[in-house]
Amino acid sequence: MVGGSVPVFDEIILSTALMNQVISFHDVSGILVCQAGCVLEELNHYVQERGFIMPLDLGAKGSCHIGGNVATNAGGLRFLRYGSLRGTVLGLEVVLADGTVLDCLTSLRKDNTGYDLKQLFIGSEGTLGVITAVSISCPPRPKAVNVAFLGCPGFAEVLQAFSTCKGTLGEILSAFEFMDAECMQLVGQHLHLARPVRESPFYILVETSGSSAEHDAEKLDGFLEQALGSGLVTDGTVGTDQSKAQSLWALRERITEALSHDGYVFKYDVSLPVERFYDLVSDLRARLGPRAKHVVGYGHLGDGNLHLNVTAEAFSTALLGALEPYVYTWTAAQRGSVSAEHGLGLRKKDVLGYSKPPTAVQLMWQLKALLDPRGLLNPYKTLPAHA
Amino acid sequence: MAELRALVAVKRVIDFAVKIRVKPDKTGVVTDGVKHSMNPFCEIAVEEAVRLKEKKLVKEVIAVSCGPVQCQETIRTALAMGADRGIHVEVPAAEADRVGPLQVARVLAKLAEREKVDLVLLGKQAIDDDCNQTGQMTAGLLDWPQGTFASQVTLEGAKLKVEREIDGGLETLRLKLPAVVTTDLRLNEPRYATLPNIMKAKKKKIEVIKASDLGVDLSSKLTVVSVEDPPQRTAGVKVETTEDLVAKLKEVGRI
Repeated sequence: MVGGSVPVFDEIILSTALMNQVISFHDVSGILVCQAGCVLEELNHYVQERGFIMPLDLGAKGSCHIGGNVATNAGGLRFLRYGSLRGTVLGLEVVLADGTVLDCLTSLRKDNTGYDLKQLFIGSEGTLGVITAVSISCPPRPKAVNVAFLGCPGFAEVLQAFSTCKGTLGEILSAFEFMDAECMQLVGQHLHLARPVRESPFYILVETSGSSAEHDAEKLDGFLEQALGSGLVTDGTVGTDQSKAQSLWALRERITEALSHDGYVFKYDVSLPVERFYDLVSDLRARLGPRAKHVVGYGHLGDGNLHLNVTAEAFSTALLGALEPYVYTWTAAQRGSVSAEHGLGLRKKDVLGYSKPPTAVQLMWQLKALLDPRGLLNPYKTLPAHA
Repeated sequence: MAELRALVAVKRVIDFAVKIRVKPDKTGVVTDGVKHSMNPFCEIAVEEAVRLKEKKLVKEVIAVSCGPVQCQETIRTALAMGADRGIHVEVPAAEADRVGPLQVARVLAKLAEREKVDLVLLGKQAIDDDCNQTGQMTAGLLDWPQGTFASQVTLEGAKLKVEREIDGGLETLRLKLPAVVTTDLRLNEPRYATLPNIMKAKKKKIEVIKASDLGVDLSSKLTVVSVEDPPQRTAGVKVETTEDLVAKLKEVGRI
């Protein structure tokens, strides 16, 4: 999305696709050690057969490499429940710019010996070192998964539903996603996906994962009764079987696809305080008026991550000018992140300053100079040009 | 308008999306801790019954399931889709394996008579045993006409017009009521059970009875000898030219 792994001038492309072996899997601890070129979906199948799942899941699972996931600190759909790769990655093997092989590939849950170097490389977008192997902690495979898709009358209700979810579902909540009415209209129009509930201004998808079907069903029923009874939710449905659950997820997972059919898409991925979440979408809609075809908001509400997308018949510099830096200054005013999960790459390196102070950027330049003095690793990306 | 009453049979099966594993002792497949759902064809049957009710052609839809206590979840799903009440014919888990199409057909036939229904709707087959027998046996025991593999069901006066999917295409039958209909994939697309209906379903009645209450004998003359995985497909061999292919086929004695 930000061109982080796209060669732009004179780079040599390095692919880890052939480094696709699982090195080891410990089936009591769930710790997987594998090479960086393993495809996420294949790793998921591998650990699933042994009663575990990967701690992250994203739309590109069929083709993305785990090394790339770590280098970009990928978020995804399981983030709410299992947390960031910064917590689940236990060790890395990294090759530095001078060819030194840094072996920090331990599989220890706790290791406070010195500075935690792997954290430098996680999310560094390949600019500080090349990740060649990963040691990662996998959670047990849930025995019961439920998906509920609900309609909310307003954004305030969406937020209250989120609080209620956390309160009543507690530890079994594994995903809380939201989408607005425009998203639903677009997936219906371009992908012919049927709306499963009454038309509403907002829709939320709630997923629970646990070890006991009865326990989870009871908790989910409790939440649904409460939500319906208090008017937080005006309609909803529960995926009674796997294919229904998958259809409900598709409504959320295929929004990107539907948007691409609508015209040229300007994409923004920001972290904001949840109370102000949708205000950016409404403000932008008012600001752009008929210049934009659609302005939509959806995303990982549970993680405070909004995907804001604007479609138009075609790209136009005028529209871009109306969007940027407006979206960035708006986000910065809320002390939000201008790139919640997609990184900076090529396209966003110059907006780093909206979410990090100059002293932080200065330190980043120093680290880059220390680890890659000749600028060999993924040049032209991530950090703005040194002043 | 017709004041018909419909009985819909629903079966609880291992969810369609689950990877089936054979038990190491080969007595069956692993069901413990595995996700179960309503058989997809039964869902289509419930949907059709509810649509007939919405068209005011059917007055009451009764959902029935035979099996252990978990079947009540399946009946609840049918109630959430719009069925009016449920009947759970309880069979202890240990005996549930031996309840096959003939036993279920005996139960349904007795229930159809007890409840004085005009229409018995079932899925054409269950995705676990693929028997495709229960509907037909039920009709036989009741001596009622049957319209199986239905892809369209309409009421024409006192008769039921059923369009069936057959090998050669489509066959249309007109059945005198009461009748048995089994549903095929193209009959309808089952609705999502909506929250208000899911809540209402909790208050709908499910009557729990035993097969013996209906005077039905659940004994079976069939025993499962063993359950095994289909043989593993061996890897294929790639050859470069047609000459190689012919040589290889001769080598393995195929030509």
